[in-house]
Amino acid sequence: MNAPDPASAGRRNFLRSSALAGGGLVLGFYLNGTGNAAEQVAKPAAAPGAEFKPNAFIRIGRDGIVTLVSKQPEIGQGIKTSLPAVIAEELEVSWKDVRIVQGDLDPAYGRQSAGGSTSTPTNYEDFRRLGATAKAMLVEAAARAWKVPPGECFAADSAVHHRPSKRRLGYGQLVEAAAALPVPDAKSVQVKDPKDFKLLGKRIGGVDNHAVVTGQPLFGVDTRLPGMLYAVYEKSPVFGGKVRRANLEAIKALPGVKDAFVIEGTADLRGLLPGVAIVAESTWAAWSARKQMQVEWDEGRFADHSWAGFVAEAQRLGKQPGATTLRKDGDVNAALAGATRTVEAAYSYPFISHASIEPQNCTAWFKDGSLELWAPTQNPAAGQELVTATLGIPKDRIVLHITRSGGGFGRRLSADYIVEAAAIARKVAAPVKLTWTREDDLRHDHFRAAGFHFLRGGTDAKGRLIAWHNHFVTFANPITRDGKSTLQPGSGGSLSGDEFPGRWVDNCLLEQSAIECGVPMGPWRAPGSNVFAWVFHSFIDELAHAAGRDPLEFRLEILGDKAIMPGSGERGTPYDVSRMRRVLLDVAEKSGWGKRKFPKGQGQGIAFHFSHRGYIAEVAEVTVARDGSLKLDRVVVSTDIGAQIVNLSGAENQVEGSIVDGLGTLMFPELNIERGRIVQGNFNEYPLIRIPDAPARVEVHFVKTDYPVTGLGEPAFPPLAPAVCNAIFAAIGKRVRQLPLSRTDLRWS
Amino acid sequence: MSKYSLSINGHSRGVDVAPDTPLLWVLRDTLELVGTKFGCGAGHCGACTVHLNGVPTRACMTPVSTVGRKQVTTIEGLDSKGEHPLQRAWKELDVPQCGYCQAGQIMTAAALLKENPRPSDEEIDGAMAGNLCRCGTYLRIRKGIHRAAELAATDKKGRK
Repeated sequence: MNAPDPASAGRRNFLRSSALAGGGLVLGFYLNGTGNAAEQVAKPAAAPGAEFKPNAFIRIGRDGIVTLVSKQPEIGQGIKTSLPAVIAEELEVSWKDVRIVQGDLDPAYGRQSAGGSTSTPTNYEDFRRLGATAKAMLVEAAARAWKVPPGECFAADSAVHHRPSKRRLGYGQLVEAAAALPVPDAKSVQVKDPKDFKLLGKRIGGVDNHAVVTGQPLFGVDTRLPGMLYAVYEKSPVFGGKVRRANLEAIKALPGVKDAFVIEGTADLRGLLPGVAIVAESTWAAWSARKQMQVEWDEGRFADHSWAGFVAEAQRLGKQPGATTLRKDGDVNAALAGATRTVEAAYSYPFISHASIEPQNCTAWFKDGSLELWAPTQNPAAGQELVTATLGIPKDRIVLHITRSGGGFGRRLSADYIVEAAAIARKVAAPVKLTWTREDDLRHDHFRAAGFHFLRGGTDAKGRLIAWHNHFVTFANPITRDGKSTLQPGSGGSLSGDEFPGRWVDNCLLEQSAIECGVPMGPWRAPGSNVFAWVFHSFIDELAHAAGRDPLEFRLEILGDKAIMPGSGERGTPYDVSRMRRVLLDVAEKSGWGKRKFPKGQGQGIAFHFSHRGYIAEVAEVTVARDGSLKLDRVVVSTDIGAQIVNLSGAENQVEGSIVDGLGTLMFPELNIERGRIVQGNFNEYPLIRIPDAPARVEVHFVKTDYPVTGLGEPAFPPLAPAVCNAIFAAIGKRVRQLPLSRTDLRWS
Repeated sequence: MSKYSLSINGHSRGVDVAPDTPLLWVLRDTLELVGTKFGCGAGHCGACTVHLNGVPTRACMTPVSTVGRKQVTTIEGLDSKGEHPLQRAWKELDVPQCGYCQAGQIMTAAALLKENPRPSDEEIDGAMAGNLCRCGTYLRIRKGIHRAAELAATDKKGRK
């Protein structure tokens, strides 16, 4: 089977044929629900009546096989399993009869972005109705066939049953009749009572698990097309640099090299960066040629930037009033002057990379003005838009196939690697796969913004929190908009005036200043929250200990008894205090908070955080050995993410992964910058957490509430680092105020 | 370019590649066996782990010219039906998240179980420390190896 030829078909045929051939046959994305690659779905367009297709997401064939489209990108969060399961539940189809295919980027599917833990909350109710609508039509078709009232019929196990006569018609037998019926209004159909759920809430294995454990092609980097070439792309080591000249002729003469050329790029630090491309017959030929490449760079205005310089600048700014005031309640200086206990502390964290193990990559094929892309992406529409804006290829001439991503963590919300592949493919008369090296990936990330917090806090004679002052020094990129140059803080690099404990403290001053830099920044799992929770729950802990208070009791007192804390201004988010109190009390009970006496070197710490619509509290138990080594012995997690856990196995996996990721990010990663360059290049210099450091026990509790169902890719991450650091303090009396942990000497005697 | 005859998953495969080409890229680009993954190119992450005569080896650091007559086993050839106890355990316990590192994890774990059919948590941690999982599925990897050890023991009993 050949890949589609974009040139020979009209736009409509191009889309349809590529949707079929691009995935299933060449690349094997179209795997069935049991994940058996031998049963790849590659059927030609069905003849009328051969299938029942009530909407873009559901197809039922005469063989009774139900094919469901997963529209969202799968990055390890399990959405390719969980959203189709929502349809299957309402459709009353047996999971074994379900095949799942990954949808391409297509307006028919609505929004297709995996970010912000939004895939579940924004699709859950709609997907129930998709399934329920199809089920209603199948029931109607069966009732007509039997000439009985639909009310006497019910659907179960991929069939409609007539209760009085015990007759049964399988979905496959109803395809033709159901296809002839009008599709009812989704709002008019009845969804199930969740207490009748058979699939949702159970442990559902990942639909691609078999393909994963047998090494089938699934990921972007596994893409293979006939006649495909392989590319590397060298960019300026200094952010914002441009190519002056490169030894292109010498490179072109090297074995296996097909072409080498300069791409001018744009000034957008997160767009198409200037660089030199090498296109070769194999990955190794391209990479070998790159070792011979000599590029002279115009390093631009950020060449003298360094991390040491940023630290010095942050210290200077921290002593001054902030550039902007985010919140001002009461009189913080007067309250601090009158406080019984005051604490002053500076917290900081470095730039870090996302470091997904599958590096950024994209395969692109440009032919006669049309572009076809295969990309591991969290945000395919962003890729299409960036290509259109940068290269001028019209949107309707771009087809984008979403591949499985070998990790996301926010990195693949950016589309820089997609536009690079497109720019390279435009100059090559063949499909071309661009693969970044690990060094490209660590050094040319859209990094988690670094930050510095200069904090002061005070408690009164009764040990109550009465004053909170934070001057947050963040990082910002210069951007030009409408001819004007402004500074734009990185993703997660802006503090909201409502961020806890803002709104809860009578005397509260939150300020922000920014350091200009050329370091491109982007969303990193739980942006902002992933560091703010650590800073604020560590400092709250400092204040609690200074006042001689129990850290749990102190936090419950700050939260107060009010059920809802309204958001500030029109865009503020209300905070459901009752939900947070519930998970906090739950985690305290489940962990036995304060019930046990720990010897020196061991301790418990607690923290909570609201983000991504989820209310999460965590207790960590640690052992710090005399040599300063840390062991996370136990973590107890209590979460309130609403009324329904969609896939229990997936949900637990996300929480366990968040705990391990939270611990690893606390312990290890930091990037240094010298002469405008990222210093670290590979995992020997940029360590990630390995299995010996993973906690021994993670206990996950889901508090079920009546609230809407929300996502779990991110919200369990933020409370872990402060819970661990607070436990370290309880164990040995040392406070961690800098990330990573290796910056703090934890030895004790 | 040089010609090599390799033994891959029990089959003889001829390739014509540069002698310094890492086995990883011969597998992925030349032989279209993409189950073995690229993660770092420097032996730090373990995503490219294959067996050479049963010994777990970093394919990204193994020039094809050094492979010789050694038997290469990749994730595609670990078990003819894809039903190795580790593969079954991984599915049963739903170990993967993104899944990218899991072929390397399973290949390392398979070598461990061959040496040590009932490893402790500490022994698992020691053997698996070279394999990164960015999603943090380490708790399930530990459980998965214990479960595979049980399955293998049951299989053995069944055959007796």
